[in-house]
Amino acid sequence: MTIDNSYMIYRNRRRGMDHDLYKWSNIFSRPPLKWPNNKNVLTWIVINLEWFPITPNDTPFKAPGHMQTAYPDFRHYTSRDYGNRVGIYRLLDALKKIDAKVSVAVNSAIAERYPQLVADISADGHEIIAHSTDMNATIASGVAIEQEEAHIIRSLAVIEKATGKRPIGWLSIARSQSFNTPELLANAGLSYMCDWVNDELPYLMKTKAGEIFNFPLNHELSDRQILNVQQHSVDSYVQQIKDAWTWLNSESKQYGGRILPLNITPYIMGLPYRMEAFEQLLSWLKTQEQNDFATGTEILETISVN
Amino acid sequence: MNNGQPDPGLYEYNAYRNRPKIEWPDGKTVAVWVSPNLEYYELDPPENPIRKSWKTPAPDVTGYSHRDYANRVGHWRMAEVMEQYGFKGSVSLSVALCQHIPEVVEHANELGWEFFSHGIYNTRYSYGMSEEQERTIIEDSIKTVKNATGQDIKGWLAPALTHTPRTLDLIAEYGLTYTCDLYHDDQPMPVSVKSGKLISMPYSLEVNDHYGFFIYNMSPREYADTLIRQYERLAAEGENSGTVMCIPLHSYLIGQPHRIGPFAEVLRYIKEDGRAWITQSGDIADHYLANYSHLAGAKNDY
Repeated sequence: MTIDNSYMIYRNRRRGMDHDLYKWSNIFSRPPLKWPNNKNVLTWIVINLEWFPITPNDTPFKAPGHMQTAYPDFRHYTSRDYGNRVGIYRLLDALKKIDAKVSVAVNSAIAERYPQLVADISADGHEIIAHSTDMNATIASGVAIEQEEAHIIRSLAVIEKATGKRPIGWLSIARSQSFNTPELLANAGLSYMCDWVNDELPYLMKTKAGEIFNFPLNHELSDRQILNVQQHSVDSYVQQIKDAWTWLNSESKQYGGRILPLNITPYIMGLPYRMEAFEQLLSWLKTQEQNDFATGTEILETISVN
Repeated sequence: MNNGQPDPGLYEYNAYRNRPKIEWPDGKTVAVWVSPNLEYYELDPPENPIRKSWKTPAPDVTGYSHRDYANRVGHWRMAEVMEQYGFKGSVSLSVALCQHIPEVVEHANELGWEFFSHGIYNTRYSYGMSEEQERTIIEDSIKTVKNATGQDIKGWLAPALTHTPRTLDLIAEYGLTYTCDLYHDDQPMPVSVKSGKLISMPYSLEVNDHYGFFIYNMSPREYADTLIRQYERLAAEGENSGTVMCIPLHSYLIGQPHRIGPFAEVLRYIKEDGRAWITQSGDIADHYLANYSHLAGAKNDY
């Protein structure tokens, strides 16, 4: 079988990217960013709070971590819920000990089902960002634009009602978007999204509804990737994050402020046998003189002044 | 797939025992070459009936943006570390990068890196191409790299490792001297082609950073340790007859902040060891063809 000649045509072979969402940019030739108090590295922690309906939705795709056995999959349903009952509180306590504020990406179903949890998170001074409605509300090409918009609007409205504050940040489930997503997010008044992992600093995307920042939440440094997908030990995870921080800190002396993004999942990291190593990592970060912790909102405020 | 196709008969069997001695310049025992893949992946490429470009329907945000990290962040970090320890890259190039982000190609060229073709895009596959279509991408590669860098490409690594049964004959006919698509040996070997002279350049999937991190799920420090073990073994065996060690890289992987530090230590280790001919693929091919093209194993006219 010979391939059709249309396959030999390169419609977007041109200077710059093969799309119009953002421009190419070299991180090492941008004007250096300055962080408050002359810190080199801001550690930006994003914790995912996820509620998995016990009947998974395979359309457009089944969210990572979703149910796996025949109904009723008590095994996965309850071990995910463990994260929302126990794991998250271990993480919150650990953060309180080092006085670090983080961004928590919340399925709005969490706010509806567990109001005490979102109240506790807010009371501890953390930022809440939107993470769709629940883990069946995945977004990808093929989802009708009205449906996608409904997920976004509902997610923001429910969280605003529960916390009294409208989120300014958004994390898609599995970082998955459709071609409509950036515009819908900008249109909903969001200031930043955390989905594209092509950079290590925030940058602006253009949409018909205006600009929106992308904050690259490095998926390769996430606990899901390192512990679950790659099946490394938590000790190896800690080593890798320390190596990453050390590298970013040294680079920062020449190139300006850097961000270390850590995506954390309570049902993965918040297990008893992993917590001590993670707590030690947090205190190691806390004792690095050139480190500070920041929420997405704080980073946004800083780069707006820069 | 394609049951009943003939064995391609690309090379003759040549056992690793009692081979003639290959000597590298200055008495070095192992030729080490670093091969950054400088690639461009399209966000929404046309569909190839045999292979999908992305795991999810476009836009595969994580897949695409992870690759794009290479050209915004990873390349610059990786290149700086290579330069620090004196390693010049031999680039497996998606040639459309010359149009999309000429800054990356110009930077590599200024550093003295060599370019060979890795197809037009890493999202366009050779499977199912007619001879004419395949000639088009080879001619495009030769011309595009020449225009962008002044260099004549000498080698080929098929786009996303996709081939036709004609690929090696065609690249040899166009005057290319080495292929990086065969993984049967740790020394250069002649490849049987219809015309021209073609050798197989030892590349590696096994110590490719992609295999290290995503097939074998190594931690960055384990991967660094693996490279040093690979180097130690090949440097020792090269006393008998010179070996080749290739370190194939993707800067969206190796250029990540948790990996680049351990990797820099590997380059420092190899440089300081002293047994390595730290070189480039084209120089290995030239040296081999100039001195050893008479060696056994060639069915074609060496």
